[in-house]
Amino acid sequence: MDINHETLLLIEVGAMLLFMGVLGRIANKLGQSAIPLYMSLGLLFGSGSVFPLDASSEFLKTGSEIGVILLLLVLGLEYSPTELVRSLRKSGRSGVWDALLNATPGAIFALLMGWGPVGALVLAGVTWVSSSGVIVKVLRDLGRIGNRETPTIVSVLVMEDLAMAFYLPVLSAIVVGATLAQGLVTVAVAVGLVLFVLILTYHFGTKLSKVFNANHGESLVLGVMGLTMLIAGIAAAVQVSSAVGAFLVGIALSGQVAENAEKIVEPLRDVFASIFFLFFGLQTDPADIPDVFLPALALAIVTMATKVITGYVAAKGAGIGVPGRWRAGLALMPRGEFSIIIAGLAVSAGLDPAIAPFAATYMLITVISSPVLARVTDTQWFKRRMRGTTASSI
Amino acid sequence: MRLLTITGLTTTNFTDWAGPSYIGVMGVRIERTEIAGIGVRHDVITTSGQRIGVVIYRDDRREIALYEPDDPDSIAQSIFLTGAEAETVADLLGHTAVLSKLSELSGGVAGLFTEQLILPADSKYLDGPLGDTKARTRTGVSIIAIVRGTEVIPSPTPEMILESDDVLVTVGTRKGLDELVKLLARTAT
Repeated sequence: MDINHETLLLIEVGAMLLFMGVLGRIANKLGQSAIPLYMSLGLLFGSGSVFPLDASSEFLKTGSEIGVILLLLVLGLEYSPTELVRSLRKSGRSGVWDALLNATPGAIFALLMGWGPVGALVLAGVTWVSSSGVIVKVLRDLGRIGNRETPTIVSVLVMEDLAMAFYLPVLSAIVVGATLAQGLVTVAVAVGLVLFVLILTYHFGTKLSKVFNANHGESLVLGVMGLTMLIAGIAAAVQVSSAVGAFLVGIALSGQVAENAEKIVEPLRDVFASIFFLFFGLQTDPADIPDVFLPALALAIVTMATKVITGYVAAKGAGIGVPGRWRAGLALMPRGEFSIIIAGLAVSAGLDPAIAPFAATYMLITVISSPVLARVTDTQWFKRRMRGTTASSI
Repeated sequence: MRLLTITGLTTTNFTDWAGPSYIGVMGVRIERTEIAGIGVRHDVITTSGQRIGVVIYRDDRREIALYEPDDPDSIAQSIFLTGAEAETVADLLGHTAVLSKLSELSGGVAGLFTEQLILPADSKYLDGPLGDTKARTRTGVSIIAIVRGTEVIPSPTPEMILESDDVLVTVGTRKGLDELVKLLARTAT
């Protein structure tokens, strides 16, 4: 039987989406993030596996690019420019602590592994950024959204996401391997552009939203998707990284338009973001994982500890009692989508190929163990330990 | 969303505030904390010293939370409500507690809303006649009643003097109501 290319593509993509649907449901039952399962599925069918996906690899590659764009668009839609500015004022300091405490171990580690200064910049990003998606899901599952330490946790996440708007353009400018002078110019252009857009958005965000009709679903989804991909493409063309372009569009949209756009883009995001994690798994050769497992585990333990310190200190600064400080620290541990986006950038730029399996393993360790560890603060053992510590005053 | 606008109007303008803030609505202490990307949490501190958390999610769900006595940062129990359920509970708890209610008129009158607006304490229209606001001419919104304490004044005349904490029951388009909120917020300066 002869099956043509398009037919095979449909079968492969369909099977993958169906598998991921089942895995997503299992993850939800277990109270876990589905990301590790999607990536593992990718490892199973990826390069060097028994069933390599041939027909659909091009499609999945494009799909994964759209996935990153949509992940960042929805992230941006969740924040309004005023919220960003307020968080910046309120928790700028804990943001700096967060960066220093968590990026440094990654950078040092990369240098020890012999991945050079660019590798150090990459790994610094991988260990720096917590996964807002995973963390907010865990907080919701554990019923902690109304807890008093939650705004502190969320502001740390906001600061990181905002910092990524500057970090990603800098990284993409540097990994293309320009000379120092060229690199500096690109970085300056990128940072200037991001700042310019942010300031413009802060003052004129509502004007942009008026272009869209919030109540007409079809034109809204087309318009928002179109604008996002267009800006993402332009951003990539000037080395600012498509992800950042999409994030800025998300921030720029506000009010009813942002609310409705988020609702209709979310299902699309779910499809393509899953493809993104699947594709990262596909690209990674499972045979490389055993070699990097122990170093990844070591780095995961160190940087999960530094996140606990970050959260503890930030919550202390916000006047939260000792148990709440631990809750904040433990909640911040998982890394996720950004770590993979950063590693993906490094791989596509042709950096040391060991970085991809390393980042994947590292991220999987943190994302699987963290939701379990975050529950420690709900145990009787922890509560007994905490008795007698100073609780915050009402 | 709307509730917040109104709460803001009844007190000082706090656009520049960062972090938890204490505001007084009818003498009750409320602490308002934004949870970026998720919603807003209001903490009501009762005279007996108890803290009640009210989380308003972006998707319009509400959560009423009670906190652990020996760990006041942590939720002990919480109740999740839909927007409609929250409104019903608020009504049951006492109609004076209702700061603002925006609801679409039933019976298929599309685009028309009724809303209860509190007259801001620093409004320039305070202690003046209702007619001064020229609400109907400027915004197309009709003020169909005024709630003053437990008393309801239906069809107020333009000569009616506005008092502080008056609740204006209004009917109009969403745009008109937004304009009226801004109009009432004008201060004497």
